[in-house]
Amino acid sequence: MSSWTYVRRIFGGMSSPPSAVEAAGLVRSFGSRRAVDGVTFSLSPGDCLTVFGPNGAGKTTLLRVVAGLLRPTEGRVLVRGHELREDGAARAGVGLISHQSMLYGALTARENVEFAARLYGVADPRAAADEVLTRMRIAGRSETRVRALSRGLQQRVSIARAIVHAPTMVLLDEPYTGLDAAGGAALTEMLSELRAGGATMVLVKHNVDEGLALATHAAIMLGGRFVRSDGRDAIDPTRYGAEYRSLVIADSERGSSAAARAS
Amino acid sequence: MTPGVTHGPVPGTIAAAWLVARKDLSIEFRTRTAFLSALVFSVLGLATFYFTWDFSIVTPADRAPGVMWVILTFSALIGLQRSFGVEEHDRGIDALLVSPISREAIYLGKAVGNLVFLAAVQVVALPALAIFYNLPFDRAFLAVAGIVLLAMIGIVAVGTLFSAMAVNTRLAELLLPLLCLPFFVPVLINSAQASARLLAGRPMAEAWPQLKIVVGFDIVFLVVCTLVFPYTLEE
Repeated sequence: MSSWTYVRRIFGGMSSPPSAVEAAGLVRSFGSRRAVDGVTFSLSPGDCLTVFGPNGAGKTTLLRVVAGLLRPTEGRVLVRGHELREDGAARAGVGLISHQSMLYGALTARENVEFAARLYGVADPRAAADEVLTRMRIAGRSETRVRALSRGLQQRVSIARAIVHAPTMVLLDEPYTGLDAAGGAALTEMLSELRAGGATMVLVKHNVDEGLALATHAAIMLGGRFVRSDGRDAIDPTRYGAEYRSLVIADSERGSSAAARAS
Repeated sequence: MTPGVTHGPVPGTIAAAWLVARKDLSIEFRTRTAFLSALVFSVLGLATFYFTWDFSIVTPADRAPGVMWVILTFSALIGLQRSFGVEEHDRGIDALLVSPISREAIYLGKAVGNLVFLAAVQVVALPALAIFYNLPFDRAFLAVAGIVLLAMIGIVAVGTLFSAMAVNTRLAELLLPLLCLPFFVPVLINSAQASARLLAGRPMAEAWPQLKIVVGFDIVFLVVCTLVFPYTLEE
């Protein structure tokens, strides 16, 4: 299956409210290469879509398109009925955790998070920053400049920055990278609370077990396409990892064969 | 608990611009790398020019305006290089773009930060110029400082836009001056002429025509660059 659409769960037809996220025929090209190639999906509030795929599958590009950082070459993505690129108010509910920390090394952890809180109009940015840093178990280093923190601690600050405003849509690109057990547990706890509050998530992961833990939907992305997509209920977690690996290996072998023929 | 955080209104353009400017100035205040570079460049430039002219041929008052504008232009470029450089290192710019603030607010915040940076450099560079070139600290000198401020607005307006465009390129340090300098020319020519007249003891009325042109360019550059800036962020 090259793409899929989830049936709107509660309401059908024309009267349904806008999905939390609705992507239709998303294509993003860089020159002649299609990094994202016809991805379609729809998520309701509280859903978590986990996208698995090998390096270069287009997962990060997909996330950047959904976040509004990249304009799709074709198709469109709506978040609660709005295009993020065009609508600042719609972006107020978005939190993004990326490969890069998106932090300023010369500022302290608290200053970075407080700055983000102010951008999102949080009523008491200082208190919100202190609280989320405490929740991410880094309050003891909150007055340390970010560049003096280890990679794992920077990741905790980066997560705190992304969720300080309690987003209703969270986009996460390998958020557990660099986190130790305590940091990972803190992140899982925060994400679970956000989801319980109705937040929608799109999570990019390599690790199947970790990725499925939060997922209500899962997709495997290869060559810019969703080659498999399932609701969580249809997934057997004991077999999914092996199926994922076999798809990736088959794709890799096809790629090698094509390269050999081309040369 | 964070999921229950209370939201106020999202900052408007001016408030968001101030947030961005304050953040940039805090970073520069902590690191002082660009400021010290620009300052040392300015003082060394003034000293170098001082020793390369023959006093018996050209008077210091005749030389000072030219030297001042050369120093100002290139010290501005040092600050402008830094402006979006701080966003690129860990992609802080992505956090700004995903946030609800407008692209225009990002531009204006960056421009205000650059303006304060450049003004801070000139607070040291202008008195140094007066000392090197024996210029009296009189009303004419104050008026020249005002012209410098007006010129800085135009320079920063254009430079901030091109800084955003050049930062992702491999030859950013080369590209930024190449992009900026042609657009600086109308501001620099008129500012230099106006300041030269004032430092030569001419009345303020003789500088007005040039000042009006500088103000005109400031307004045009600021409006056009604010409108164009969001398109420079397209990948």
